Amino acid sequence: MPAPYFDYAALAPEIILTVAIVVVLVADLLFEEREKYQTSTLAGLGCLAALVPVLYLAGNGADRTMFGGAYVVDNYALVMKALFLVAGYITVLLSTNYIEEGDYYQGEYYTLLLTALLGMTVMASARDLVTIFVALETLSIPTYLLAGWRKHDARSNESSLKYYLMGVLSSAVMLYGMSIVYGLAGDTRLVEIARYVATGAGGHLFDVAIFFTLVGFAFKVSAVPFHFWAPDSYEGAPTPVTAFLSVASKTGGFVALLSLVYVGFFGRSDAWQPILWVLAAASMTVGNLIALRQTNLVRMLAYSSIAQGGFMLVPFAVANQGDGSARPGAFSATVVYLLIYAVMNLGAFAVLIAVARKTRSADIDSYAGLFNYAPALAVTMSLFLFSLAGIPPLGGWYAKLVVFKSVLDAGTKQAVVLGVLAAVNSVIALFYYARVAGMMWFRPAPADGGSTARVPVALGAAIALPSALIVAIGVYPNLFARLGELATKGL
Amino acid sequence: MDWFDSWALSLAAFIPVVGAAVVLAIPKAKELLIKQVALLTTAVTLLVGVIILFRFDYDAAAKLQFSVNKSWIEVISSRYHMGLDGISLPLLILTMGITLLCVVYSWDHFPEPHNPKAFLALILLLETGMIGTFLAEDLILFFIFFELVLLPMYFMIGVWGGDNREYASIKFFLFTLFGSALMLLSFLAIFFKSDPHTFDIVTLSQQHSAGMVHGTQLLIFGGLFLGFAIKVPMFPFHTWLPDAHTEAPTVGSVILAAVLLKLGTYGFIRIALPILPEAARSWAPYIGLLSVIGIIYGALGCLAQTDMKRLIAFSSVAHMGFVMLGISTLTSFGINAAIFGMVAHGLITGMLFFLAGSVHERFHTRELNRLGGLLLQAPKMGWILGFCAMASLGLPGLAGFWGEFPAVLSSYQPAEGLNVALFRGFMVTAAIGTVLAAGYLLWMLQRVAMGKIPAEWEDAHIHDVHRPEWLAWTPMLLLILGLGVFPGAIFHVTDGAVQGISKAFGDGG
Repeated sequence: MPAPYFDYAALAPEIILTVAIVVVLVADLLFEEREKYQTSTLAGLGCLAALVPVLYLAGNGADRTMFGGAYVVDNYALVMKALFLVAGYITVLLSTNYIEEGDYYQGEYYTLLLTALLGMTVMASARDLVTIFVALETLSIPTYLLAGWRKHDARSNESSLKYYLMGVLSSAVMLYGMSIVYGLAGDTRLVEIARYVATGAGGHLFDVAIFFTLVGFAFKVSAVPFHFWAPDSYEGAPTPVTAFLSVASKTGGFVALLSLVYVGFFGRSDAWQPILWVLAAASMTVGNLIALRQTNLVRMLAYSSIAQGGFMLVPFAVANQGDGSARPGAFSATVVYLLIYAVMNLGAFAVLIAVARKTRSADIDSYAGLFNYAPALAVTMSLFLFSLAGIPPLGGWYAKLVVFKSVLDAGTKQAVVLGVLAAVNSVIALFYYARVAGMMWFRPAPADGGSTARVPVALGAAIALPSALIVAIGVYPNLFARLGELATKGL
Repeated sequence: MDWFDSWALSLAAFIPVVGAAVVLAIPKAKELLIKQVALLTTAVTLLVGVIILFRFDYDAAAKLQFSVNKSWIEVISSRYHMGLDGISLPLLILTMGITLLCVVYSWDHFPEPHNPKAFLALILLLETGMIGTFLAEDLILFFIFFELVLLPMYFMIGVWGGDNREYASIKFFLFTLFGSALMLLSFLAIFFKSDPHTFDIVTLSQQHSAGMVHGTQLLIFGGLFLGFAIKVPMFPFHTWLPDAHTEAPTVGSVILAAVLLKLGTYGFIRIALPILPEAARSWAPYIGLLSVIGIIYGALGCLAQTDMKRLIAFSSVAHMGFVMLGISTLTSFGINAAIFGMVAHGLITGMLFFLAGSVHERFHTRELNRLGGLLLQAPKMGWILGFCAMASLGLPGLAGFWGEFPAVLSSYQPAEGLNVALFRGFMVTAAIGTVLAAGYLLWMLQRVAMGKIPAEWEDAHIHDVHRPEWLAWTPMLLLILGLGVFPGAIFHVTDGAVQGISKAFGDGG
């Protein structure tokens, strides 16, 4: 066996992240206590530095394949890597003041954050069961710790423990499925698995394997009925970590799901399409209905992100119509949705953190009269909430549109039923998003309010960047639509 | 002026949003400047409209003029395609005029909690949405503009509205969103069923849904119907309207009545009928039926109201019933009447809402039981109210007549293939509706304007019409009279374009 071929240019983002991890760790040892906030700057720089080779590779254009097809750097991988790195950078911006002022361990926090990011960037390129699993654990394990970062708070402990137990359980289930896949197909590479699938062999045992693998990922992306850990974990974790979990970590799960379904299992749509149909329908409906009843904004966003996950699963459920015509549309629909969702959800959490600095609360009631004493925060929060609801001219409408489009492209009865269900759900969702907006705009401010909330620079940037993006995407969606199209090319 | 022809529509649609951005950039304390910028913006927008009026080729009113067709979202082959024909033109000018007058009217009576900055920015944003909807020639572009009006109106009702504003605003939002979500699904279905796939309204109208299975057409039309019918609103989807109208601030009600409701009827004329003519024929009897139910139900609803504004809101349901009845005949006569009815209703009901707002401002109530004797206390306002009530009940010589009467008449002879007896039944019912309309409007007039001054207000000093009100109302009153005397001014513009649509239903004009 010849020595494996290393394409260092293709691996540059991961290498830079690894260097950044080491630098932050060492810096944490060397810095005095009061200088430790600078680890946040280092971590942010690390994310941005890793973005440079991603842009270079994207400009370069050629697909690069390593390790016998187990590791692929194509447009799709690069788009997702860029998403992870930007999301990571925004998370650093969100964390800076929160972690510093909260007297938390700073160096370790950013080390773990970067490690999780490393797992995600690897995930974007992983086209092999083992690589996918390793990437998944690399991104998951640090987040178990991060969720429990507020260690004197029982809720945070609960959050961490729940998340950990569920994560381990899902990994076990998933590994079991993967082991059967390997046993049948005789290979862990997705391309080879696809070849095996094309032969039509495997029978019901392969159905079982697909089922377990998908259920494992359903936990990761918190699809109903495997969602129940998410709200508690989200509420207990430090808010920047929640933002990271609901965006980056969830996207990590979706990226793996995309690779597995569209590359590996695609030919066996009879096995996975019904499962994903049910997951999509249940996630949208249950997520939305429970979100209606929430009184805490973080919990509401947790359920809303479950419902949003349902929308992302919709294209999966209609991806294979036999002739392959619906496949690229469905694939790019999920990719575009992930991109836009990341922008708006991060933005919403950024405002939430900014408001909580003043009100010390995430209760929806505490948002009363925000428009009167902090109009900028109220306006940007409204932008993100209505974007999540899919109201034009904010970016979210385009995400919803591509999902509907994939449904009608398939055109089958099941697809259209799912489409109508999604349409009805988008109306239900508006109700709880608008309720928060109504609280901010229509209610009088509390008596002690009145002083404007001061927003630190880092946090301000984390609000301004997504706000500008979400309006830009809404007015000129071609921006992100092109990325979705590019990502689909490698399919 | 070539550059103007290619930029006119983009200017018309986007000057307001630029104005809104400028308004937002001005500090809150400089109130006068904010008002001036808003006024200037709406005036410039109207100026663009006036220049369009002069440069419009009236002999080719059926053709799209001032077209722009640029790439927008290539990935889904949706284009930035705008155009203006005889159907859009009256509605475009109506929108521009009403918005300007609303800014004038608001000048020194901004509703609580004041905040002119946010209020005017929302009005300007609203104007972009409304104008864009009347100009869009691409389904996705249409959808964006159609939805763009939701957010500003939601905030306008919710922040500046009456006591029950939160309920009314969210109800308005949810109803409309529900319709438009299904409408969007229908748009996408049209895209995938068309050959070649396109969102272009012009191309789709020429295809006449050729090659589409009838059952699919009916379903797609159903989605469009829900989207537009909720906006109109048609019975039984009208329940959001009385709440929204009653709770909205005066200017919000005026814009809602004068323009927003027209987005729905316009959608039928621009999209549903031309793109899916076969399905339209199958749906027409049901649309006609719901229209006449709306006419009678709206009228009876009016008779049961004790709140002046709510009464006018219900009268909108009835009037939009006439408009929809005209459309459901699928004849050029009926559709022309419908467009006239849209403009007339916009002016007349807009005026009535202005009046209701001014009455409320003076008496702090709109309870019909507590009002009375307006003619004695504020004679000018009383006479204006009388004039508008007469216009609204369809008195010949005023604008309302030309929307109502031809619409009723057109159902005597609906398009080929429609059940003539059924439509004549609709005609008789609608005619009864006009009698009821006279009933509730005169009843309202009697209780508000005539009789003695109630003891409660005997000593109150009631200011008659003041300057911003004169400025805002005079153009509308003149138009109500002018269009009543010269209805040809609108029929002449719309007829050519309407015949292009009714041709598909075997109507020679």
